[in-house]
Amino acid sequence: MSDEDVTQHAAQDVIERLSRAARVDLLVVANMVEPQSRVLDVGCGDGTLLRLLAEERGVDARGIELSQRGVNDCVAKGLSVVQGDADTDLADYPDNAFDYVILSQTLQATRQPRKVLEHMLRIGRHAIVSFPNFGHWRIRTQIAMKGRMPITENLKYYWYETPNIHFCTIRDFVTLVEVMDAKIEGGVALDRFGAPMLVNAPWWVWNLFGDQAVFRLTREAKVPMMK
Amino acid sequence: MTIIQNSKAVSQLEADAPHSHVVRFDAAQPLKMDAGVALSPLSIAYQTYGTLNADKSNAILICHALTGDQHVANIHPVTGKPGWWQIMVGPGRPIDTDRYFVIASNVLGGCMGTTGPASLNPASGRAYGLDLPLVTIRDMVRAQAMLIDYLGIDTLFGVIGGSMGGMQVLQWAASYPERVFSAMPIATAAKHSSQNIAFHEVGRQAIMADPEWRNGCYLDFATSPTKGLAVARMAAHITYLSDEALQRKFGRKLQDRAAPTFSFSADFQIENYLRYQGASFVDRFDANSYLYVTRACDYFDLADDYNGTLALAFKGTKTRFCVVSFSSDWLYPTSASRAIVHALNAAGASVSFVDIESDRGHDAFLLEVPEFFATTRGFLDAAARARGLPSVEGKR
Repeated sequence: MSDEDVTQHAAQDVIERLSRAARVDLLVVANMVEPQSRVLDVGCGDGTLLRLLAEERGVDARGIELSQRGVNDCVAKGLSVVQGDADTDLADYPDNAFDYVILSQTLQATRQPRKVLEHMLRIGRHAIVSFPNFGHWRIRTQIAMKGRMPITENLKYYWYETPNIHFCTIRDFVTLVEVMDAKIEGGVALDRFGAPMLVNAPWWVWNLFGDQAVFRLTREAKVPMMK
Repeated sequence: MTIIQNSKAVSQLEADAPHSHVVRFDAAQPLKMDAGVALSPLSIAYQTYGTLNADKSNAILICHALTGDQHVANIHPVTGKPGWWQIMVGPGRPIDTDRYFVIASNVLGGCMGTTGPASLNPASGRAYGLDLPLVTIRDMVRAQAMLIDYLGIDTLFGVIGGSMGGMQVLQWAASYPERVFSAMPIATAAKHSSQNIAFHEVGRQAIMADPEWRNGCYLDFATSPTKGLAVARMAAHITYLSDEALQRKFGRKLQDRAAPTFSFSADFQIENYLRYQGASFVDRFDANSYLYVTRACDYFDLADDYNGTLALAFKGTKTRFCVVSFSSDWLYPTSASRAIVHALNAAGASVSFVDIESDRGHDAFLLEVPEFFATTRGFLDAAARARGLPSVEGKR
C-alpha cells in the first residue's frame, strides 16, 4: 500500500465510523420509543429519524425544524413538520400531546436548556434527549493540557463560531434532571465510535469515557413541571 | 378564447355571460346565506384543468384571492394576460394537471360569472347592486361545495388558496373536514385583524365617495365609480408589497423626467406604477363586487364560530395541512400563520408549516419563489402517495 492509499483508507474508515456512529445514535433513540406511539422530534433535520420511526415502528411522527431546507425535505417525505425553534415554539404545544418528545444533539445549542426540557416533559409523557458529553476525557485533556477550548471529531467548531452555547457533562445533566424533579427511565452512553457502553458502569466511567449520552426521562407523577 | 374589446361593459358582460363553464342552481337548490337569506337562482362560473380520474379522487379546488377569479391557468378573457397562477398550475407544474383535476370557481359576490352584485337580479330585471345580501367566506365555501356536489366529487384531494383563498381553505377544512384530504392555506389568517379591516375600509370609502357610485346603482346609469375603485386598488396594492421590494423596484426614481416638476403629476415612478395598477384594475373589476369581497374578509373570524377557540374548528380532523407564510408579508404576517399552526397542533392535526424567506411581501405567493414551489410539490406528492394516486410517470 502506498502512502496515498493508506491516507485514503484511513479517511474512508473515519467516514464509515462516523456514519455508523450517527446511525447507532438514532437507533438507540428509536429503541426507546414504543411502536404505534405519538412522537415529536424537535430539531428533526431532514427527517431521517422520523422516517425511521414511522416506517419501522409505525409511530405518528411529527417534527419541528429550524431550517427551511430541512422542513422542505421532511414535507416531501410526507412527514408533518413545522418550521420553528425549540426555544420559542414548544410553548405552542398543548400538554400531553405526545407520548415522546425527542431532542437529539440539540440541547447544547438551545438558549434555555432547562426551559426546553420542561416543555418537553409537559408536552410528552416521556422525553428522550441525546447530547455530547463535555466530560469526556479527550475534552478534559484539551482544556487541562493545552488550555484551549476543545475541538473534536463531533464538536468541530471554534469557540467563537460554535452554535453550541450550553455544553454539559453527563453528570451535569443528571443533576439538572434531579433539580427538575424529573425521573430518568433509562440511559445509554455511547463511546466515540457510537457503540453503547457497559450498562452497569458507574456514572464516573460514563462521564469520562462517554462521547455522547441518550436519556429517556419522564416527569414525576405528582409534581407539576411548569412553575 | 376571444378577448373582450369593450372594457367598459366588462363588469356586466362577464358577470352574466362569462367565458367559463357555468352551473346554475334554481329555486329547488337555494344557497342558504349567513345573512339569513336563501339565494336563488345561483350561478357559479368555474374553470377546470386536467382530467378527473375514475374514482374521482384527484380533484384539487383552488380558491382565489380578493380580486382573483377562476382563470387560474388560462389566458384571462378580459386582460388577455396569463392566468394568475399559471406558473403554479399546469402540466409538470407543482400543481400538476397531468396528475390532478384542478377546479377553480369565481367566488360568490365576485364579478366574473358567479352571482355577485353585478349579476342580473331576476326579481327586478336589473343588476343586484346592494340588493345582494352581504356575503361571508362561509357563504363562498357553501357555494363551492354545491359546485363540488354538482361535479359528483365526494372528497377533494386538495383545497389550496392564498390570502382570501386561504381563508376559504380554512373554512373548507372546518365546515367539511371529511371532504378535504389535504389543505394548503397560504399567506392567510384565521381572522381579519383590525389593520386588515382598516385598509379595506379605506378602499370602500374611496369607492363610495365617488359620485359615480350612485349609492351602488351605477350600473343602472351605465356608469361606474372608476376613480374611487382605482384609489381603492392603489391603497390595497401597497399592502401587497414590502417596503424592501418597493425600495428595490422604485426607490425615489423619477418617471421620465430629470427633476421634480413642482406639480402633483406623477413625478415618482412609484406614483406612476400605482396609477397604472389602479387604472388597469377598473377595466376588469366591478366596484360593488369589491365592496362585497372586502366585507367578506372583514367578517371572517373562524374561531368565533367555535366559542373563540380556533383549535375547536379542527377538532378530530384527519385532513393533512401545509401552512405557508412569507417572511416579508405584513398583510397576513407569519404570526397569523403560526396562530393557525398552533390551533392545528392543539387539535392534534397533521400539520406542516413553512415560513418562506422572501422580501417580496404578500404578493410572493403569486410569484416564482423556488422554495415555495418545492414545498407545494413535496406536500402534494406525499399526500398523493397517501391517497394512492399513481405518479405521473406511471400515467404517461
